[in-house]
Amino acid sequence: MKKNIFTYLLTLVVALWVITACNKSIEGRTDNISFLSPSNIDLNAGSWKLILLSRPDSFLVAPPAATNAPGYIGELNEIKGLQQNLTPDQIDNIKYWTAGAVLRWNETMRQLVAKYNLAPYQNEDGTYPFPSSANPFNYPQFPFANPPYAARAYAYVAAAQYDALVACWYFKKLYNRAAPYKTDSTINAHSGHIAKTDLPSYPSEDAVLAGVTAELMKLFFPTEIGFVEQKAADEKASSLASGKNTRSDWTAGEALGRQIATVFAARGRTDKAGAAIGTPAIWAQMEQDCVTKGEIPWISQESPKRPPQLPLFGKVKTFLFDSATLVNEVRPGAPPATSSQQFKDETAEVRYYTEHVTRDRMKMIDFWADGVATPTPPGHWNDIAAEDFLTQNFSEVRWARNMALLNMAMMDAAIACWDAKYVYFNPRPSQVDPDIKTLTGLPNFPSYISGHSTFSAAAATILGHLLPSRATAYNSMAQEAEMSRLYGGIHYRSDIEVGYTVGQKVGGYAVKRATIDGAE
Amino acid sequence: MKIFVNNVLAVAIIIAGIVSGGRASAQTDLDAIMMNKKQFCQGVTYDYSSWDHYWEGTFKRDNENLGTVSTQALMYMPNYGITNNLNVMASVPYVWTKASEGTLHGLEGFQDVSVFVKWRPLVKSFGKNQFSLFAIGGFSTPLSDYVIEFIPMSIGLGSTNVIARGMIDYRRGNFTATGSAAYIGRSNVKLDKDAYYDTELHLTDEVDMPNQTLYQLRTGYRGKYLIAEALLTKVTTLGGYDITKNNGQLYPNLRMNSTTVGASVKYTLKSFTNISVTAGGNYTIAGRNVGQSTMFNAGAFYVFYVGKKAKS
Repeated sequence: MKKNIFTYLLTLVVALWVITACNKSIEGRTDNISFLSPSNIDLNAGSWKLILLSRPDSFLVAPPAATNAPGYIGELNEIKGLQQNLTPDQIDNIKYWTAGAVLRWNETMRQLVAKYNLAPYQNEDGTYPFPSSANPFNYPQFPFANPPYAARAYAYVAAAQYDALVACWYFKKLYNRAAPYKTDSTINAHSGHIAKTDLPSYPSEDAVLAGVTAELMKLFFPTEIGFVEQKAADEKASSLASGKNTRSDWTAGEALGRQIATVFAARGRTDKAGAAIGTPAIWAQMEQDCVTKGEIPWISQESPKRPPQLPLFGKVKTFLFDSATLVNEVRPGAPPATSSQQFKDETAEVRYYTEHVTRDRMKMIDFWADGVATPTPPGHWNDIAAEDFLTQNFSEVRWARNMALLNMAMMDAAIACWDAKYVYFNPRPSQVDPDIKTLTGLPNFPSYISGHSTFSAAAATILGHLLPSRATAYNSMAQEAEMSRLYGGIHYRSDIEVGYTVGQKVGGYAVKRATIDGAE
Repeated sequence: MKIFVNNVLAVAIIIAGIVSGGRASAQTDLDAIMMNKKQFCQGVTYDYSSWDHYWEGTFKRDNENLGTVSTQALMYMPNYGITNNLNVMASVPYVWTKASEGTLHGLEGFQDVSVFVKWRPLVKSFGKNQFSLFAIGGFSTPLSDYVIEFIPMSIGLGSTNVIARGMIDYRRGNFTATGSAAYIGRSNVKLDKDAYYDTELHLTDEVDMPNQTLYQLRTGYRGKYLIAEALLTKVTTLGGYDITKNNGQLYPNLRMNSTTVGASVKYTLKSFTNISVTAGGNYTIAGRNVGQSTMFNAGAFYVFYVGKKAKS
C-alpha cells in the first residue's frame, strides 16, 4: 500500500508540474511571422488616386544627400554601430516591425479600440457622464470607442496612411536613393530580418507610417500619445538597426507623415462626429417622431436608462459617397411596422432561438460578439483581412491601400447603419417581448438595421473584390456574423437581411473606387 | 462574476466566491473526516449561491442590469474508503445560472467532474490531544464544452485543474480544529473568440489561467452523530487581471480572490446510522473580481459497507 501511495504522490506531483509549469505561455497568431517580402514593390504607387490630398507632392520633401556624400557615409556608420551587439530584445523589435508596419499599426489601433470600448459608469443620481475630448484624462475616459467611433478611427488612420504612403512612394521614385543594405555590403551582411528589395529608401515608409499614425492619435486617442510615440520610437529603432533606413530617410519620412496627418485631422474635426452624441431634446424628438408614425419607439433597456449611442452619427461626413447618395441611394426603407404580423412573427423567431440554445449557435454568438472591450466588428474584420493579406506578400503601400478601402467602407457602413437606426428608432426584440433573454450583450441603440450585418457585408464585399479567391469565404463569414445576432436574441431577421443589403451597397462604392484608383 | 462550483475544487474559482469550504462536512477534500475501509458513501447536495454586489477589481458595486445573480448546483458525490487512511471521492455537478434583472440569458449544464484522493499518513496522540496529518490530491475537468466567456452567466471557467493540499487536524475530545493549504494548478483554456483583450490584445483563442491557492481553517464540534464547524476560507489567484470600470466582457483569467466565512453541519441519524444529512452556509466578506455571494447548501448521504465490514 505504501508503495502505491508514493506512486500516487509522484504522479500527482508530475501532473501538477505538467499543468502548471509546462509552457503555459500563449502565442498570438502574428507573434512569430516572418518579415514582409513584397512580391511587387509597386514602384509606381506614387501615381495612385489619393483620398484627401490633391497631389502626392502637396507637402514637399527635400532632395536627399547623395550616397557618397560624407554626411551619408556617417549615417551608414551609425547603422553599422547599431548592428554591433544587438540584444535579443532589439532583434525581437526588428522582427516585430519588419513583419509589416501597416499590420503592426493596425494591431495597435485594434488594441486601443478594445481598451477604450467601455461605456461610462453612471453617476450617483442615475445620469451618465460623457467622455470629453477637452478633458480626456478625467473619468469617463475619452474616447468611448464604440463601433461607430472605432469604424471612424480605423478609417481615418487607414486613409491617412494610404495617402501618406502614396506621397512617400512618389518621392521614393523621384529621388531614387537606394536602401543602406544596397549601398553597403557590410550592412547587408547584418540585416537578416528584412527583405532586401529595390525599393528606394528615401523617404522611409516606416517613418511615414509612424509619423502619420502618431499624429492622428492625438485626435483619436489623446491619452495614449505617450504609448503611441514609444511605438514610433521602437519602429524607428527597428528601421535603423535593421539596415533598412538611414537617419535621414527616417527624418524626412516622419515629417512627411506628420504633415499629411494634419489634413486628415482637420477633416476629422469638422466631419460632425463631435456632435454625434446629440442633446436630450434631439433624443426626445427622435422618439416622438417614431410615435407620430404610429410605431413603438426604441427605449434603452439599460438601468439606469442610458442615452442612445451616437444618435447623430448618421450625419457624419462619408468617405465614399456624398450625403445625398446616403439618403437617396443607401438608406433602406422602413422596417416592418411594429403592429404588423411580420413583426410579430420575426419577434417570435428571435424568442425561439433564445429558448433553444445550442452549443454551435453559442459559438457563433461568442465568436462574433465583438461587444464592449473588444476591437468591435470593424476591428474583427481588420483582423480577418490582415491575416489574409499576410499570405499575399503585398507591399506596404498596397497593404495601406487595401486597409483604407476596407475601413472607409466600414466607416461609411457605420454612418449608413446609424442613419437608419435613428431615422426608424425601432425597438429591440427584448423590449417588445420581455421574455426574450439575450445570449450576448444588448447594444444600447435601436434595432433596425443590424450593425454587424452592415459592417460585415460591406467588409465582405470589398475584401471579396481584393482577394477574389476568398470571396465565398468572406460571404459566409458575413452571413454567420449576421445570424449570430438573431441567435443571440438582439436582432430580428429584417434587421439582418436589410443590413446585409445596405452593407453590400456601401461595399460596392469601395469596389468602385478600387477599380479606378490605379492600383489594379 | 460567476459562481458556483463544484464542490471541492473548482469552487475556488468562481467569481461569486463560493467556496467548497461552505459545503457541509461530508467527507470532502477539505475536512478531516475519513471513511473506513470498504465503506462507500454516496449523496446528493444542492447549493444555492447568490450575490447582488460584486468587486470590479477592488471597486465594490451593484448592477441594476444583473440584479441578483444566482447559481444553483445539484451534485452527486460518491466516496470510498480504500483503507481507513486512504479515501477516494468524486463529485459531478449540474449547474444553472440566472440574473434577476436585465436581459442576460442564464446558462446551465454539467460543470466539472472532480476526483480526490485523501491520504492520512499520520495520527499521533499526546494525552488527550490528537493530531492527524493529511495529504490530498485532486483533479477536475469540465464534463461538457460549456461557454466560459459569458461571465457571470457562464457555469464555470473551463480549466482542467490539479490540486495538492496539505492538512493538519487537531482534536481534543469533541473539539476540533483543522487547517489546510492547497495549491491549484490550472490549465489554459480556449475561448470561442479568436482574439481577446484583457490588459493587451491577444490574437489567439487561448487564455493563460493563473494558478491559485486555497487556505482554510475550520473549527468546532465533532461528535459521533453531530459535526458542527465554523469555516474561514481564503482563495487567492496568483496573477490574472482586474475588471476595468463598467466592463461587461470578462474572461476566465481574472484575478479572482475571495475570503469567506461560514458554517457547516452534519448530522447522522441515530436510529439509522447509514443516513446523514448536511447543511451549510457561507458568506463572502472580502473579494476581488468576484461576486459577494451568500451560499447555502443541503445534502443527504447514504453510507454502507461494500462486502464485509473490515476488521480494524
